Amino acid sequence: MTDTASTPEVQELDRIVVRFAGDSGDGMQLTGERFTNASALFGNDLATLPEFPAEIRAPQGTLAGVSAFQVQVSDHDISTPGDSPNVLVAMNPAALKKELHRLEVGGTIIVNTDTFEDRNLSKAGYDHNPLETNELDNYTVFEVPMTSITKEVCKDIDGVKPRDAERSKNFFALGLLSWLYQRPLEPTTEWIAQKFAKLPQVIEANNAAFKAGHAFGETAEMFDYTYEVKPAKLAPGTYTNIAGNVALSWGLIAAGQLAKLPMFLGSYPITPASDILHELSKHKNFGIRTFQAEDEIAAVASAVGASFGGHLALTTTSGPGVALKGEAIGLAVNLELPLIVVDIQRGGPSTGLPTKTEQSDLLMAMYGRHGESPMPVIAAYSPSHCFMVAIEAARLALKYRTPVMLLSDGYIANGSEPWNLPDVSTLPDISTTFATAPNHVDEDGNEHFWPYLRDPETLARAWAVPGTPGLMHRIGGIEKEDGTGNISYDPSNHQRMTDIRSDKIAGIAKDIPATWVEGDEDADLLMLGWGSTWGAISSASKRARAAGYKVAHAHLIHINPFPSDLGDVLSRYKRVICPEMNMGQLSRLVRAEFLVDVESVTKVQGQPYTAGELYDVIIDAAG
Amino acid sequence: MSEAPTTTKADWTSDQEPRWCPGCGDYSILTAVQLMMPEIGTAPEDTVFISGIGCAARFPYYMNTYGMHSIHGRAPAVATGMAMARPELDVWVIGGDGDMLSIGGNHLIHAMRRNVNITILLFNNQIYGLTKGQYSPTSEVGKVTKSTPMGSLDEPFNPISVALGAEATFVARTHDMDRKHMQETFKRAHAHKGSALVEIFQNCNVFNDGAFAQITKKDKRDEMLIPLVHGEPIRFGVDNEMGVISNAEGSAEIVKVADVGESALLVHDETRSDPSMAFAISRLASGPYQPTPVGVFRSVRRPEYAANATQQLAVAQDQKGPGDIHALLRSQPTWEVG
Repeated sequence: MTDTASTPEVQELDRIVVRFAGDSGDGMQLTGERFTNASALFGNDLATLPEFPAEIRAPQGTLAGVSAFQVQVSDHDISTPGDSPNVLVAMNPAALKKELHRLEVGGTIIVNTDTFEDRNLSKAGYDHNPLETNELDNYTVFEVPMTSITKEVCKDIDGVKPRDAERSKNFFALGLLSWLYQRPLEPTTEWIAQKFAKLPQVIEANNAAFKAGHAFGETAEMFDYTYEVKPAKLAPGTYTNIAGNVALSWGLIAAGQLAKLPMFLGSYPITPASDILHELSKHKNFGIRTFQAEDEIAAVASAVGASFGGHLALTTTSGPGVALKGEAIGLAVNLELPLIVVDIQRGGPSTGLPTKTEQSDLLMAMYGRHGESPMPVIAAYSPSHCFMVAIEAARLALKYRTPVMLLSDGYIANGSEPWNLPDVSTLPDISTTFATAPNHVDEDGNEHFWPYLRDPETLARAWAVPGTPGLMHRIGGIEKEDGTGNISYDPSNHQRMTDIRSDKIAGIAKDIPATWVEGDEDADLLMLGWGSTWGAISSASKRARAAGYKVAHAHLIHINPFPSDLGDVLSRYKRVICPEMNMGQLSRLVRAEFLVDVESVTKVQGQPYTAGELYDVIIDAAG
Repeated sequence: MSEAPTTTKADWTSDQEPRWCPGCGDYSILTAVQLMMPEIGTAPEDTVFISGIGCAARFPYYMNTYGMHSIHGRAPAVATGMAMARPELDVWVIGGDGDMLSIGGNHLIHAMRRNVNITILLFNNQIYGLTKGQYSPTSEVGKVTKSTPMGSLDEPFNPISVALGAEATFVARTHDMDRKHMQETFKRAHAHKGSALVEIFQNCNVFNDGAFAQITKKDKRDEMLIPLVHGEPIRFGVDNEMGVISNAEGSAEIVKVADVGESALLVHDETRSDPSMAFAISRLASGPYQPTPVGVFRSVRRPEYAANATQQLAVAQDQKGPGDIHALLRSQPTWEVG
């Protein structure tokens, strides 16, 4: 790079929050991901929040079409994508209009001025050009003609028309931000080379735009400072930047290997769960059969069939899909066959907010079936945690011969964070055994296989798979006699079977860790959470403790059954506050179970809690 | 999988007593299946019967095989999972007209278009039995039942036409009054690699007694059933005096052989890749009161789904080697923290 007359001063920051925003077609998700990845490889801690419209391509230039990606990059351990961005990259007027309110006062705006012309301004609902008024005076605004510079640097590339060149403008923005924040360039140029290996002119155009963005920062004499965020002091290990749905998929794949069973996925495409179907379909070499069924019901029904056949079977979906699968999950409860049901929650009811996050399926996971049909419910709390929670779901399903509901949500499904990769040899053995011989001898000395004879410890029934000589048996949704599994309408038998199914799931409490509590043991206030609110609660609690308040944080991974010490834990605090992205579902469960006066704090805006919002809750309560 | 075992009917009979109404057509179908199984040279432990809900769906309980009585309409989907997971097994699907064509219609057509290796026995009695007598998707228009006191308004499905429209590779029809014909048809269906659908006219003597009597009674069969025999001109009648031709519009039409001459008759070819002629034949009767074709309408080869799905796993292993979790976790860019 050429030396310039006025090299900007480098300022060191402990963290930055950058928000990229543009039209759906502007490639903002990709730009954000590349910025994230370069930061991850540089060694920062980070957390991301992709936000995109449900429409694949809403009308160009409109507010509805704005797609954004927020990332917090830090030199220390963080757990959220940040409350207010320090920097907003706005590729068009709509992005500026829609996203400006999030920016911290005094924050930096980098705009692509080429798009600030009448048509786009009017589509965004501006009757004037905000860059020409004083309305942005509280911010530092950098006006950069990104489209025209990109077109200019691409004009001599063979086979790249101006219209094609324009599509590289996101790499210009990325180049500029990479310069401004001193990000390494190689991860991005290597990625471009790999991603577009078959399209040499696209590689050339993207590289030209990327370098032009970087050079613009260096030479434009517009910027007084560049910024540096040092690598975070994370625990030693090998890290990768992982998204929740990828971690969940890998956890499921690992579960199949740890169980030593072939796997079967029955699934039907649904946002935001489809990525798991895609990811598992890429890894058939692990012995995974993936089946895109004709509907949600066939997806779960095929998994039940594969489970009867001796596979580790699963179905992946979101809330509306779980609603459709309810009857078949009830069948799995009754058949007492292992099954993993993954629910990547989104805003509801009905189509709701399909690309936005919510935690509103908890009560459906617990009770959303006909009859008395208890099943374990567990929840992931962060993108990387999805890996271990998937293995836990498989462990419970196999050990207790039961369907298990695994809850994640759109926020952790699409968000990413650095993950200290586990040593594979430390992962648990979750293998199970199939019945291979008769397990009952009648009065006449004849041997039989009784499918509903149970392990006295776990109450799990014997699992004999088709193809095993001598163990032929029939199972079905009709109530069955304990032991033999034959149809039984006997009143006391139904009571007994209902009790057994209930006791079996309740007994899992003996087989799970104690409640996970962090923070001040002598606090009066306990923040109780589950699922993806972990980052915001944890971050808010730390901030409050740093400010001198006492607060503890309990976060539930197992929700049915609860950890056996949860009642004791709750009783140790004067106040228990439960923030949830629903109308108070966990708080109802806890109140009902423990008669504890849990205070519910709720948010259903399709957006995760920010740490700031929960910090305010904590200091209000503790102050 | 066991080698062609020798079995008897008793080996295929479970210790559970059937609980169908006395006189139900399901008994004769059960007997036909239990008697046929020893002849196809497979083992009970390698056989799975999967059903949905309805009277017919109790069938698996009475077979001494592996079996699942699942939920209403979903048997083809459950069976698809079983057949994909365990392609070496014989998977049978049992259901009635309500189970398979109403609540489960979607699963039935998709199983057939995929050509999953399952043998589907569709017990068609043109009525809902287990819920005590409502009209079904195969009931005739104007059917007076508890739910249609003024007569049903819906046009019925012709299950054979539905199957042919859904790209089924094996489609046949038989009836519960002719054990030999049932067994021959079931054997053919079982031998077929892919989805095989057999519609069985089955009498519900409680809620729809005699629905098929006009065509299946012994003294009516010659006159009212049109046997489909591969490679033979399609003929029927007490003196074989009737036949079927393909007319100028491409429809199948019943004629007197004497009027057209034997050479004009349609020669049945169940292996035609185009299903149009089989469809035309399926339209000969609008209900069990007109001369009705029975036998194999269509039997064609097409790649089987579960075998292909299994093949993809083998190809993936050839290309990428066996799965390695350690390597998987490092398949994205990584960095070291010391």
